[in-house]
Amino acid sequence: MVMQIRLDTVTADYRVGPIRSPKILNAVSTTVKSKSFSAVVGHTGSGKSSLLKLTNGLLLPTSGQVEIGDHIIKSENPKKSVKAARKKVGMVFQFPESQLFAETVEKDIIFGPLNFGMSVEEAKVIAKEVIVQVGLEVSILKKSPFSLSGGQKRRVAIAGILAMNPDILVLDEPGAGLDPKGKKEIMSLIRSWHEEKGLTTIFVTHDMDDVALYADEVIVMEKGSIAFQGTVRDAFRDADRVRNWHLELPEARRFQLKLEKEKAVSLPRVCLTLNELADVLIEVGLA
Amino acid sequence: MNKLILGRYFPGDSILHQMDARAKLLAGIYFIFVLFIANNWLSYVLLWLFTFFVMRLSGVKFRVYFRGVRPLIWLIIFTVFLQILFTAGGEIYIDWGPITISEFGLINGVYIFSRFVMIIFISTVVTLTTKPIDLTDAINYLLHPLRRLKVPVDEISLMLSISLRFIPNLLDETQKVMDAQRARGTEFGEGSLVQQMKKIVPIFLPLFVSSLNRAEDMANAMEVRGYQSSKPRSSFRRLNWHGRDTIGLLVMVLLTIVLVMLRTEAHVY
Repeated sequence: MVMQIRLDTVTADYRVGPIRSPKILNAVSTTVKSKSFSAVVGHTGSGKSSLLKLTNGLLLPTSGQVEIGDHIIKSENPKKSVKAARKKVGMVFQFPESQLFAETVEKDIIFGPLNFGMSVEEAKVIAKEVIVQVGLEVSILKKSPFSLSGGQKRRVAIAGILAMNPDILVLDEPGAGLDPKGKKEIMSLIRSWHEEKGLTTIFVTHDMDDVALYADEVIVMEKGSIAFQGTVRDAFRDADRVRNWHLELPEARRFQLKLEKEKAVSLPRVCLTLNELADVLIEVGLA
Repeated sequence: MNKLILGRYFPGDSILHQMDARAKLLAGIYFIFVLFIANNWLSYVLLWLFTFFVMRLSGVKFRVYFRGVRPLIWLIIFTVFLQILFTAGGEIYIDWGPITISEFGLINGVYIFSRFVMIIFISTVVTLTTKPIDLTDAINYLLHPLRRLKVPVDEISLMLSISLRFIPNLLDETQKVMDAQRARGTEFGEGSLVQQMKKIVPIFLPLFVSSLNRAEDMANAMEVRGYQSSKPRSSFRRLNWHGRDTIGLLVMVLLTIVLVMLRTEAHVY
């Protein structure tokens, strides 16, 4: 199934109460390829979350159009296409555990599938499948979501989205507020789910090491526009450019640049992980 | 959720923004009583002019005020209708059995409508130009005399200011939870009444949970910093009474005098 996301000169306003920030996204055009795993990064207020919200009609474009597969979301008559798009796009919000509400974990997980017209039996089967997928025991399904720990709640909330069987998975800082181990587990379960189901995945993050470790592509947002879109390696090639985006470098790349400067050498490749760096160092005979 | 104007603060630097919260609160409450002195066309015209003058002074667009009336418009229309239908006297225009529309009824309807809308406008002016925190300080100050009667005034105002402080958070959070449930396929404002009521659970439950958690965090934070309810407290913010506040209250007195003079003795329309 081809599930690409295409934005065609999309402009969008963001509004909270009486305060309205016009053009939080300004004439953005981009294509996120089917089955790609992309990270969206950028300074606070650059429009990352708005970009995500466009993909399932929680934010509507004031001009331009959003294409999700073959559904087109425009500012006029969005209702039907938005509904279709929401079925395709599973969206995990920041701190998704705050959306849990049902008496049992199972009821919470099947909430989404039922809304999209799945039968209770089917949904329950899927609930069993996804709860294992997110690394929890099946027995937890009968527990109240409010009796779980923070990390478990996060997994349950993500399971609730996965249970909808989306073709596109959109996540807003899935690892925020978790300890390094929990974060790593969440990120790798998302990555493995992505591989297994052949999804198109987009996630927002502030952690460049997440980008380096998990993403294939990066979209850098700056002041409501896309400043860069391409492979992770290209994104982190030029340190000055990264600084201009108000971003950090991944740990390994930062170390690599420092090493190159101090030893006055130039390594042949951009290294994103410590393993890559070690390999390259052995290759050139520095280690 | 975002349409509620009454109770919101609009930052600005108009003369009303600069006035003391106590003066504004007193004048606002006083205005409601003053309204009832008016009993003829002339006094209502005067009150309308006064209301619009005050609204203009606040420097907030009139459109914002009209938006503030909108949520209450059905209540107002209902009350006005009752007045029109059940007030008798004067010339009768329409007579359908028990339903009559008379001259007095219509006039009364206009008066009631004016009162409602003016009260909303003026109280909106007060809240739009006063920071909630100043407003609670003002309430605290004005409730002071009740301390003699062992009313826990400080606790009441603390509760008030805490709840006011969390309203924006709560609104943000409501928006977030609604978005999250929308993403899970809930469509608000669709389906039968029962279905729509069921859709409230997935919003309210998370909100309750997070509010309770926050209350607990807040209580703990206060306790570790040594908060004790019975101890006397000093205030970080100070209310300052200026000449303009006295003038503001004098204007209200002047308004009262004029209204009393305009008042017609009998209930003449």
